[in-house]
Amino acid sequence: MIHYLDNSATTPLCNEAIDRMTECMRGEFGNPSSLHLLGVKAEIRLQKCREEIANRLYCDKGEIYFTSCGSESNNTAIFGAVKAKRRDGKRIVTTAIEHPSVMRCMDELEKDGFEIIRLMPDQSGNIPVDEIKKAITTDTILVSMMAVNNETGVLLPIEEIKRAVRLSGSTALVHIDAVQGFGKIEINPQKIGADLLSVSAHKIHGPKGIAALYVKKGVRILPLIHGGGQEKGLRSGTESTLLAEGFAAAVTALPPTRVASEKAAALNQLLRDRLSQLGSVWINSPENAIPYILNFSVEGIRSETMLHHLENMEIFVSSGSACAKGEKSHVLKAMGLTDSLIDSAIRVSISRFTTEEDILALVGGIEDGINKLVRSKR
Amino acid sequence: MKEIILIKNGEIVLKGLNRSSFEDVMIKNLRRSLKQFGSTEIKKAQSTIYIMPGEDFDLDRALERVKKVFGIAGFSRALECEKSIESIVTEGVPYLADVLSEVRTFKVEAKRADKRFPMKSPEIAAEMGGKLLEEYPHLKVDVKNPQLVVNVEIRDFGAYVHAGQIQGAGGMPTGTGGKAAILISGGIDSPVAAYMMAKRGIELTAIHFASPPYTSLRAEMKVKELLSKVAEFCGPIKMGIVPFTEIQEQISQNCPEEYFTLIMRRYMMKIANRLAEQNGCHALITGESVGQVASQTIHALAVTDAVCEMPVFRPCIGMDKEEIVSVSRKIDTFDISVQPYEDCCTVFTPKHPKTRPTISAVEEAETPLDHDKLIDEAIKNTRFEWIK
Repeated sequence: MIHYLDNSATTPLCNEAIDRMTECMRGEFGNPSSLHLLGVKAEIRLQKCREEIANRLYCDKGEIYFTSCGSESNNTAIFGAVKAKRRDGKRIVTTAIEHPSVMRCMDELEKDGFEIIRLMPDQSGNIPVDEIKKAITTDTILVSMMAVNNETGVLLPIEEIKRAVRLSGSTALVHIDAVQGFGKIEINPQKIGADLLSVSAHKIHGPKGIAALYVKKGVRILPLIHGGGQEKGLRSGTESTLLAEGFAAAVTALPPTRVASEKAAALNQLLRDRLSQLGSVWINSPENAIPYILNFSVEGIRSETMLHHLENMEIFVSSGSACAKGEKSHVLKAMGLTDSLIDSAIRVSISRFTTEEDILALVGGIEDGINKLVRSKR
Repeated sequence: MKEIILIKNGEIVLKGLNRSSFEDVMIKNLRRSLKQFGSTEIKKAQSTIYIMPGEDFDLDRALERVKKVFGIAGFSRALECEKSIESIVTEGVPYLADVLSEVRTFKVEAKRADKRFPMKSPEIAAEMGGKLLEEYPHLKVDVKNPQLVVNVEIRDFGAYVHAGQIQGAGGMPTGTGGKAAILISGGIDSPVAAYMMAKRGIELTAIHFASPPYTSLRAEMKVKELLSKVAEFCGPIKMGIVPFTEIQEQISQNCPEEYFTLIMRRYMMKIANRLAEQNGCHALITGESVGQVASQTIHALAVTDAVCEMPVFRPCIGMDKEEIVSVSRKIDTFDISVQPYEDCCTVFTPKHPKTRPTISAVEEAETPLDHDKLIDEAIKNTRFEWIK
């Protein structure tokens, strides 16, 4: 039996998604933009999917735009907002612990002459609220911040952004990258005050290849992909009804966040307790991290070594984030962790399907590794 | 219209009586690399190899492939015509339209290998040049410094028109230089070393040391990807993957830390030496370069060499990192090499390695280990596979 504990990288499809996608694959194949009946049927399906996703985000279905992945949602939000607002200023506020699909966009904009403010986390990994307030000025055009960090699970103070924007008197748009948070914490863009918000299907047991961008009614951003004018012109390209079905099914199958996170919290506590008994394990995730993600370091054993050791026991975890494939974590670096802790960091991420058995297998595997593996000398 | 590839041999032409056997090996290599593009006939005459495509042959992709076959100094894509001046001019003039549209000045060079042809070389050149000027009025003749040289060659099997030579990979045909084993880690240097020796006609066997769980399957996939880049030049490479975890753990548990890397290198050499012998190799190849890391000082190299019975070739030995990188970019291995996975050389690195070791001190340091048992076990469990 495999113990999959890398759910922040991706998740297995839930049965609901498999069933609806299978049904859809065998059914009509129409292009939602076609005038004839097959097209209409596909469009009806697509609109229903959009509505299911909108329901979970407490918004109108007209505010949901389909894209191909979380990275595309983030790119569209950032470049789309900047294109629409470039006359209002040159200042953009973000953090130093964003996902690469936000960070790299910011690097590009910086080369184009925009002023990028990257807020640093404190030692616990939290972004200080005061810093946000200080950073947003009248000429700020965009604030982009993640809801939950993908490496440590830390919650960012996203509800503070809108207030800070209003206080500063700027017209900045607020973008929230909620890819890691969606389904795990309550995400309500209107309540947060988000103008733009990214979510992705494959992090919540839906298929890879589809994601969505929430764009608040009345907010105007410009498209990156031009063509047939699908998704109200914001994202041209024939929509995949199949993937939308999988996405919507996965969203609808999500249990209420509170129930799920109580279960996750119990597993997280179990893991923290057992790890602390092992000695030589350091917890890197702050206290206020969501229970679904736990980052820790096993002193003296490199991440990759431990990861492969666990993999031999069919236990799957991550060293940092899957997107960086072995590069040193920028998040842990920004938190000021020592190199030896960064080099030995392990990220465990659980889902609603994780069991106590999985956690105990992991603890056993780590203990075995501590006893068997040769410590590096650094 | 019938096109062929004309191949000019490289250094082979300097060979004496055994030249023909070198050419035969090269033809065999060409056949192997071009098979995938369709049917061809390959023959040789007067130190030129003719590749004559069949109906289904993909000439454009084949030309790209020919660039990577060792032993070829240069080659041309040529139009084949009948051996008459009428045929050469009427077919040759339109054939050159594309290349001539990109230049303003040209000259024609004619070569008459078949002396039965009625016109002399300068007469052929003059006739062709005149017709080209008539047809393409934007052109001027410049005999001293033309932008393009049009070649007309009258040979045994026919007459050929082409627009000059494309540079080949050089070196010697793979297989004419014997067989050697490359120790490959996944870094930048070893694929370059492999390429450089293969270029001298050496047939390669590769030996890779894997230490799971300290190294990953991805590191092994990376090495295979690197070897397949080198194989584009020299043909399929047999690769042995040696399980090395036990040896590395034993070293780090029983030997003084400052000697870790040196003892590890000595084990690698001993194992490589045995595997090479079993696979008919007569030398080892490594990517080492003097002074690059602690295990690559002269003293350290002497200590590693002491356990080898075969000669060890280190073609990168006098090269700067920059120079090695530029070769790795040329052969397209650089981007693969820089992928950041742990490899067997980085995990057990000592903090302060010995840079001026002596053989006796290293021998002393490795005495706690049961050499024969460790080596036999590693060799017994080595898996082999072919990398294409």
